[in-house]
Order: sequence, then C-alpha cells, then structure tokens
Amino acid sequence: MRRTWKIQTWRRFLIGFVGLYLMVPLYSMFDFSTKPFLIADSGRNLRSWRIIPSQPDLGIAVLRSMITAGIVMLLILFLIVPTVIWVQLKLPKLVRPLELLCLLPLAIPAIVIVVGIAPLYRWISINLSESPITLAGVYSMLILPYTYRSLSAALDAVDIHTLAEAAQTLGASTFRMISGVIMPTIRTGIINGSFIAIALVLGEFTISNILNFKTFQVVIAQIGRTSGNVAVSVSLASIIFVLVLLLLVPATKRRQAVLDVDLA
Amino acid sequence: MTFSKFTRGSVGAVLAVALTFPALSITAASGATNYGTVKNLAAAGGINKLIAACQKEGQLNVIALPHYWANYGDMIEGFKAAYGVKVDEANPEGSSQDEIDAANTNKGTSRSPDVYDIGIAIADKYAGTGTFAPYKVKLWKYLTGAAATSPTGEYTPDYTGTLTIGYDGSLGTITKLDDLLLPKFKGKIALNGDPMGSSTGLNGVFMINKALGGTFDDVSKAVAFFKKLKDLGNFINVNPTEATIASGQTPVVIDNGYVQAGVQKQMAAAGKSWKMFTPALVGSPYNMAISAWAPHPACGRLWLEYALGETGAKIFAIGGATPALWVWLVKTGRAPAEGIAAIGKSKVAATKASADQSSAAREYLKTAWPAAVGS
Amino acid sequence: MTQVTDPRAGSATSSAGSRHWRSKSAYLGVLPFLLFSGLFLLYPTYNVILGAFKDNENNFSFFALGEAFNSDITRHAFKNSLVLSLWTALAGSVLGGLFAWALVTGKKKGFFYRFSIALSSVLAQFGGVMLTFAFLATFGFNGVVSTLAMKVMPSSFLADSAWLYGLNGLIVVYTFFQIPLMVLVFLPTIENLRPQWREASDSLGGNSREYWTKIGIPVLTPSFAGAALLLFVNSFSAYATAATLINLTSFLTPLQIATSLSSEVGGANPAEAKALSFFMIVLVTFVMALYALLRRRVTKWEANG
Repeated sequence: MRRTWKIQTWRRFLIGFVGLYLMVPLYSMFDFSTKPFLIADSGRNLRSWRIIPSQPDLGIAVLRSMITAGIVMLLILFLIVPTVIWVQLKLPKLVRPLELLCLLPLAIPAIVIVVGIAPLYRWISINLSESPITLAGVYSMLILPYTYRSLSAALDAVDIHTLAEAAQTLGASTFRMISGVIMPTIRTGIINGSFIAIALVLGEFTISNILNFKTFQVVIAQIGRTSGNVAVSVSLASIIFVLVLLLLVPATKRRQAVLDVDLA
Repeated sequence: MTFSKFTRGSVGAVLAVALTFPALSITAASGATNYGTVKNLAAAGGINKLIAACQKEGQLNVIALPHYWANYGDMIEGFKAAYGVKVDEANPEGSSQDEIDAANTNKGTSRSPDVYDIGIAIADKYAGTGTFAPYKVKLWKYLTGAAATSPTGEYTPDYTGTLTIGYDGSLGTITKLDDLLLPKFKGKIALNGDPMGSSTGLNGVFMINKALGGTFDDVSKAVAFFKKLKDLGNFINVNPTEATIASGQTPVVIDNGYVQAGVQKQMAAAGKSWKMFTPALVGSPYNMAISAWAPHPACGRLWLEYALGETGAKIFAIGGATPALWVWLVKTGRAPAEGIAAIGKSKVAATKASADQSSAAREYLKTAWPAAVGS
Repeated sequence: MTQVTDPRAGSATSSAGSRHWRSKSAYLGVLPFLLFSGLFLLYPTYNVILGAFKDNENNFSFFALGEAFNSDITRHAFKNSLVLSLWTALAGSVLGGLFAWALVTGKKKGFFYRFSIALSSVLAQFGGVMLTFAFLATFGFNGVVSTLAMKVMPSSFLADSAWLYGLNGLIVVYTFFQIPLMVLVFLPTIENLRPQWREASDSLGGNSREYWTKIGIPVLTPSFAGAALLLFVNSFSAYATAATLINLTSFLTPLQIATSLSSEVGGANPAEAKALSFFMIVLVTFVMALYALLRRRVTKWEANG
C-alpha cells in the first residue's frame, strides 16, 4: 500500500536522523578513548578501558547505587503510582496541584536542592545512617517529574473511571482495582517511568558529590581523574553498564490483564 | 498485579543489608588527648604520638584537591604510603567556597572535610568565625608569610604559583602577548574559570592586565584585550579540562603554572610538547587550614605537618608550585635537586591582588566581562 | 462517552456513609505521599523560598529579590535561559515525538524497541562535562565531524567550529538529552493511539490528513504539551553542561546561581542564589498555569466536538 511505503520511508529517515544525532557524539567519545596517546601505544588500543575493572571502589559503589535504585523502584510502585492513580480517580481537583508538585524538583537546579535538603541529610547521617542508600529519599523526589509525566501520558489514553466502575461493580476491592486492573493498563507508563528512574539514580552526580556520598557516578568521576582518556572511557562504560542493566530488567510479563480489551 | 515471592522476600533482606552498610564508619574517639584542640606538635606529644593517633583514626578527609593541581596526586599517595591511612577525596573540582560549604553541610558527620586548601579571599572571609582550628606546624616560623597571613595559625600559606599561558608546542612559540591575536590561534584560546567565580580565572585576567601595563586596581586593559580576542574568534568560552587539552579542543590555556606543569608531563608521555609563556608574574597563593569540627583531627594535623614540611615541599616543587618553605630550603641548602630543576631558586617575585582588589575587580567585571566576551 | 462521571458521587457498591465524608476520606489516600514528599521535597523547597526572602545576615528582607530582579545580568541570563529552553523544548519534543511514532509503527516488543527505550533512559540523564566533551570531540576544533567536513565541504559551517561555542551550539547539545526524554515520556501516549481508530477512520473513507487532524492530534495534544512543558523545565534548570561549554556566569540563570553559591572572589551570595531559584519556581508555576489552561480548553473542545 502506498501509505505503508510512505510511512516506511519516513520511519527510516527519522530513525536514521535521530540515531545519528545520538550515536555520533558517543562515537566521538569512543574514538578519543581508544586513540594512541602514550608514546608506547602503537595504534588504537583499549588501554584506557582496561584500567576500569581493577578499580577497588567501583564494585561497592555499583552495588550501593543499584540497591538505591531498587528502593526507588519500590517507592514508585507502592507510593507514587497508586497516588497518581488515586488522585486521577477520586480527587480530580488535585490533579493540577499534583502535577505542579511533581514538576517542582525540576524547577530548582540540583545545586540549590542540595542547599535546601542538607540539614535533613545531616540529621539522617548523624541519627540514622551514613549510607549513600539514604539518598533514595531525595532521589525518589527527583524522578517525580519524569515518572509522573510518563504515568500521566499513559493515564490520559485510558478511561480509568470506567475501568474503576467496572471493577467495583464486579466486586473488586480498592487495592485489587488499582493493582490488578488499572496498573496493568498503564504498564508502558510505569515501565518507562521506572527505567528513567533507574537511569537517574545510577546517573545522578551533583547531589551525591556535594554531600560526599560515594555513589556510582561519584566513583566514576574519581576514576576519571587518572587522565583525559580514562575519564572518557569510564564515562562511556557507565553508559553501557546502565544500558545493559536496563535491557536485562524484564519488562515484567504479567499475565494479560482481564480488561485488555477496547473499552472506548 | 502480583509480586513474586522472590521480590517480596528480597525487599526485606535488601533493606536490612542496605541500611547497615555504612559508607564510612564513624571514627572512635581518640585517646586522652583531644586532638581537636591541639595547637602545635608539642601539645600533640610529638610526631610519633600524632602518627599513632592518626592511624587509630584511620582516615583523612580532603576536599577539592585535583590530582593534577600542584602535584596533589603524589601528595595524597605519599601520605597514604607513609602512614597507611585511607584518604577520602571529595569534590575534586570544587572551589574554595565549596570546601567551606561542604564542611557546614556535613557538619557532625564523618564525611565532613578535615583540611582545606583555600585562596586568601575565602580564608580571610572566615577568619575568626570558628571555622578553622588554629595549628602551627613544626616549621611554621620558616614558612614565608605565615605570620603575616595569620598570626594564630588559623590558616597557613602552603604554596604559590604564577599564572601562565600553556600551549601546544606544535603551534610554534609565543614570544609576546600580541602573538595571541594571530589567525593561527582562531578558536583555540581558553581561560580556566570564569573571573566572576574562580580565583584562577580572575588571576588570569590580572596577569594579562599586568602584561599590558595595568594595575590590580584597574583591569580595563585586560578586558579590552580579551574583547579583541573574542571578536577575532580566537577566544572561546569553553572551560578547559584534561580531556579537552588531550584531544586538542583547547590547545591554548590560561591557567596556573602548577597545573600546566602536570599537563606538560602528560603531553610529554604522549610525545607531544606543551610550552609555557608567562607575560607577567601574577601569583595565586593558597593556604591550608584544619576544620574546627574535623572528624579526624589528628590526621588533619598530620597532613599539615606532612604537606608543609620538607617532604611536602619537594612534592609541591616538582609539581611546579613554589612551596611556602622554599625560601628557607634554598637558603639552608636543603632544597631538593628535582625541585630546583622544576621551579628554580628564585624567590617568589610575583605580585598578588589583595582581597579588596579582587572584589573591586569582580564588581567591574560583572558588567564589563560579559560585554567583552559574552554572547 | 455520555455517562456522567462525578467521582464525588461514589460508586453504587461502595460502603455506606455520608457522601460528604466518603469524599473527604479520599484525601487520606494521598497522605502517605504527602508525608514523604513533605519531607524530601517540600521541606527543601521551603528552605529555598524562605532563603529568598532573607538577606545574607539572615534577616527578613526583600533585598535579595529586589537586587536580582533589577539586575541587568539577571535579565540577560533569564532571557537566554528562556530562549534556550524554548528552542530545545521545541526541537526535542518534535524530534522525540516523531521518533516515538517511528518506534511505535515498527515491531513492538522487538529488540530494537526495547533497546531504544533503554538507551533513551540512559541518554536522557547524560549530561555535564562529558556530554560537552562528546560534542567538542565531534564538532569542535579537531573533532571527528569537523575534520571530515573540512575535507569534504570546507566552506560549510561544520568545518568552522565557531557555531558550537555559543547559544546555537548549546541548543544542539541540550537537544541531545531532550530527544530521549521526550521519547520516554511520550511513548505511552502514542502507543495508545489504537490502530483500530486508524482502521475505522480509513474504512469510513477518511484520508491520512483527516485522521490526524480529527483523531490523532486531538488525542495526542494534551500529552504532547505536557511533555514539552517537561522538556522546557528540564532545559531551564540544567547546569553542568552549560558550565563547561560556556563558562560565563551571566549567560544563563543556573550559571548565575552556581556562581552565587561557589564564587571564590567575593561573589558568593547565597541569598541571591535562592532569590533566583525562587524566580525559577515562579516561572515554572506560571508556565504550568498556561498549560492547565490549554488542557481545559482542549477538553472543552473535545466535548463540544
């Protein structure tokens, strides 16, 4: 069909253009990191890459940051998503205020958020724990703008009021309605929101640097101080690491939602 | 949506492990001596007692010490090797103000910095406010300017350097300042730091100003020169880093001499040459201080003894920075040969701006600088 | 949809109780979130806003706000930030939106789809010194593309790196993380653009343009606007990338804020930093209000027809 052919061309062009836009700078980084630098180097080499696995602090930092990401994920699933759904369902007047609240973390640059939240983390460090994992609290707020937007985009296309009515008519409890009926229909929104949250936790640098917590990115920056080549290679390595991590997280295959039917 | 038992079970386990997984352990209180108030080596009971106390504390927190800056890389490694203590390095690219802010932000935790390396403006700003713990090192009376800077030893000059223009040797040799206006430097000249925030940036402006015959009280000549550079397209606003120098994005950099020395070594290892041109001598002295609420007070004091002593002086000198001890070392013939090779025997003849002159210049630059090089 | 859904009416099968209290009890549902965000979000925000209304000696004063508002530098920086954010929001949302469409029309759940989402997640967070370096290494002096351009098209703008070192360059660099962000937050909506609607439209004789103007765009617009808003705010508050590429305090508002916080040469002025942040919050609230207005209009338009 002509339309299909037109779509295909557009599609290929778009993917090509955006793909280049994103890939070329990354390639330049890779190109630089493998350039021969020392006189001893005879040509392209992976010297600046080989240095990475031998760094001592890296393993612990990775583990810590992943645990932090896990906690943020739990907060998303158990606190944020239900709240967003609840507000959309029962408290429509609060939808815009909630949206504004969720945009707030982005309205303030990270360097200022640190100034505001420092007293709280000082208290936490002295009285609770000095572990970097306590950053999960502030991180779960930092991801709000992105995760909320993702959820909201998914909710926009789903008529949850009808879904909720149907579920309650069929006798489902509120919990079941939210978790078993509504959440599966906004699955993409939840997954995308979670992915970006994981990427944020593993990519956050400013706040943990100022509060002197040894998170993944802080240790990456530390390793990068060896030389320019290593700074670039280790940065690329961290991108690849998170990428692989996200590819391994299964887009959880739930049993197909009962209401995966066109309800419009 | 059901959660697998695995997920539910592991949540509890993870949380339990996570919160008992401290980043750094809170140090145990040191023995009878409260090292937080010790003011000199005698009060500490001698160097061996200090070393023992530090080893008991087990760690030193430093901040804003890039490895390429005045050879701090070797300094930190040397300290670690000499005493077997861990060194926690925070925020290497931070400014002097960031150092004090970090101490206030993390006050009372074990992550607060123990020692500072700060410019004179910030040091003066916090003098007498209870931010620093006064301490006079063993060789205090031989340190140039120590008594004049702070008679109580709240902060002590550690090294100075001069600003210089470092450039890729393949671009030829710069013999005079106006060479920078040549077309071959198009899109290549960068200044480290913004003069309104960074003392290095401001000192760079002062250096150009002095070379053009200006004084610290009036930097208009430098501003005019930078405007010319920007209009020609020779000056770019990029902030140079090791990576941008190594990859050739910023082949001409105005920065501290002791940073350029490190760049020179790195480039030499790559078979390239990095030359330096100093049109005028403008100095940027730094000062060391101990935090009044240092979580590891003994190690903080040991660090000062190390860095401000002969070993430290040698390391600074090799890094291209003139240690405060240098004049005395040269006079008594104790200056190490490698140090002399790196920085020569000259007394520091560089002039430096006072805190007031810096502030005044900054006020002027607030409008003049963006007008000259802004967009 | 013709049924009236008034959530306050409650459902037929919910437990008994006066209608008034049943609706009030719904507010309890947001309590956990409110407590949590109160601690980790509202408390720091309150600190910042409070700090904006004090001077550097901790006395209540409008000094910081007044100074910041009247300063030419602040206005110049704010204007630049606005322009930057508008352009990157536009570029990011259009390119990202189109890419999201391209993804959706391909094989769903295929490897390329999952890879794109994973990559977008990572790149949306990529920024700072490294991102700037990546672009310098590409388009800067001695860069991969600029050296290529010098050989192939020496007179084009790509051969001369000057464009990178200004606002235009910054727009291009920022768009690098705006596109993946858009893809991530817009994908759920465009996925829900059901193929059945397209088929229905086709079978009723509508062509491509009619489908898009009558069905596609109206459905997508609210989410698109929301996503663009996110991109705008994201760009406005980004700091580290700009600080490396254009090392000039007066150029963007976040740069000004950073200098107010960390200046070593007498410029440290924490009250100014908080005042500027306060202005940013005001701006975001204002833009959000516009967006809310837009959504209400669109809903009315949808309802009418």
